[in-house]
Amino acid sequence: MHPAFSVIFLTTFIGAAQGLFLALFTAQSYAAFKLLPQPDSQAFYGWGSLLALALLALGLGASFFHLGHPERAWRTATKWRTSWLSREVIVLPAFMGVVFLYGLAHWLDWHPVLVTLPSGLPVDPTAVLGVVGTVLAFALFVCTAMIYACLKFLAEWHSPLTVANYILLGSASGFTLAAAFAALAAPELVGFLAGWAAIITALGLISRAASLFRNARLKPKSSLRTAIGVKHPRIVQKAQGFMGGSFNTREFFHGRTVAVLRVVKWGFLMGVFVVPLLLLGFGLRGSAEVLSLAFAVQYSGLLAERWFFFAQANHPQNLYYQSIA
Amino acid sequence: MTQLALVIDLNVCVGCHACVTSCKEWNTAGAAGPMGDQNPYGADPTGTFFNRVQTFEVGEFPNTETVHFPKSCLHCEEPPCVPVCPTGASYKRKEDGIVLVDYDKCIGCKYCSWACPYGARELDEQQQVMKKCTLCVDRIYDMSMDEADRKPSCVKACPTSARLFGDIHDPESVVSVAIRESGGYALMPEWGTHPANHYLPRRKTRIKIHEDELERADNPLKVDRQLPKPAMSEPTLDDVTTW
Repeated sequence: MHPAFSVIFLTTFIGAAQGLFLALFTAQSYAAFKLLPQPDSQAFYGWGSLLALALLALGLGASFFHLGHPERAWRTATKWRTSWLSREVIVLPAFMGVVFLYGLAHWLDWHPVLVTLPSGLPVDPTAVLGVVGTVLAFALFVCTAMIYACLKFLAEWHSPLTVANYILLGSASGFTLAAAFAALAAPELVGFLAGWAAIITALGLISRAASLFRNARLKPKSSLRTAIGVKHPRIVQKAQGFMGGSFNTREFFHGRTVAVLRVVKWGFLMGVFVVPLLLLGFGLRGSAEVLSLAFAVQYSGLLAERWFFFAQANHPQNLYYQSIA
Repeated sequence: MTQLALVIDLNVCVGCHACVTSCKEWNTAGAAGPMGDQNPYGADPTGTFFNRVQTFEVGEFPNTETVHFPKSCLHCEEPPCVPVCPTGASYKRKEDGIVLVDYDKCIGCKYCSWACPYGARELDEQQQVMKKCTLCVDRIYDMSMDEADRKPSCVKACPTSARLFGDIHDPESVVSVAIRESGGYALMPEWGTHPANHYLPRRKTRIKIHEDELERADNPLKVDRQLPKPAMSEPTLDDVTTW
């Protein structure tokens, strides 16, 4: 497939935002159980939510560049019964709304006790919004990943590993961002968040490596024999019906050499996993510069990872477009 | 239930591209149009087509065969492109099984083209909506046309009658008979899309001649050795001299 930068930015921005929100609410949950010191509501949760919201808005903005008719984008909310893309379009604004309310509640220090749990733990609006936001964050990860994983023709994507990767890589970048942000806004949480960022990054390495391993061993189901229905081991295309390009030759081919793909693959393995893990290790003591660098490297790595994710997928329609003339 | 479809006979397709040009001619002016071209007279022309004719070479020299392969939307009975559409712009008509795109609802997200294993959909660069074969839905029901003209434009144009059009759910239709009796097959059956369009394979006419059809093994004169056995090169008269 031809990697579209609009979609690369969309999925990486919102993935980091979802991960950041999950990190904020994880910290809040630990603090509620007195496992962590309570950070400043405005400085950490308020600004953190705003940062997540800004990333979501950037992602949403990027997604419009993918559309031929962005002014009709509202129509995409109609077919949620069958289309994962439609579901994503519904969940994304819902998540943005909850992140906004969550940030607002923290910003206004609005903590009326709604319910007290049997354990004596008070539940305030931020806890309720946090739980709803967490559910929506995971739902959004699943929707985004299933857009790709549900296409059975694209064997590289058609796997539960795709969903695992979107959840883990988005969360990893979000937790790394949260650690860098905490170094400025809530230094007492840096160790906790950087630790989790490293754990999720390591888990992401396992699932992404598993999908690379799987994809390297795929056997294509379709061949020219099934594509044109002629049973012969040697079929060669002599003409694809036109001399210039077409949508089919532009949208489904990345046009890079195998060597470039290999460089990008090793580049993102270093950029998403190895280098950020080292930097997170150095940043455990709370250096904002090191942690910011860790996020910058990991986010850049994720851009390469997403590019590779699209480029690696080999569409069966390409069988029909192997030779110009 | 009706499922309109094309049946394309690869045995008679000569690869002339008449279906391609007549399709473009009709549809660029019809309800599906315009089918925009970019840079049509430049070095790198491109444009929207609903139908392409490709050419494949099967086998190795000298035992090769050239297969001309017309390719358009197959109007699958289980179209994978329809459920993925987020707006409902892609739909399959209940009444005749034609898969269509509503150009006023399409947002040009290209997702349906990813979900089609055949590459049958093309984004129109000019209109920024997804386009594909309509089976000339604006022709086949047009009562102002002669009945003979109420067929897809490609079918009308084909000089070798390689393209048949009809309802594959009607067992007596010309397409059903062709599929049933001439070995019609679907493309990429492995994906379970159940394409409505079918292709008829290349066919060779061969007769099998057995040796005893050339030589009368049961000729009693020969069996009884009552006649001399002439050499193979000599003229023979059946029942007089024998082979």
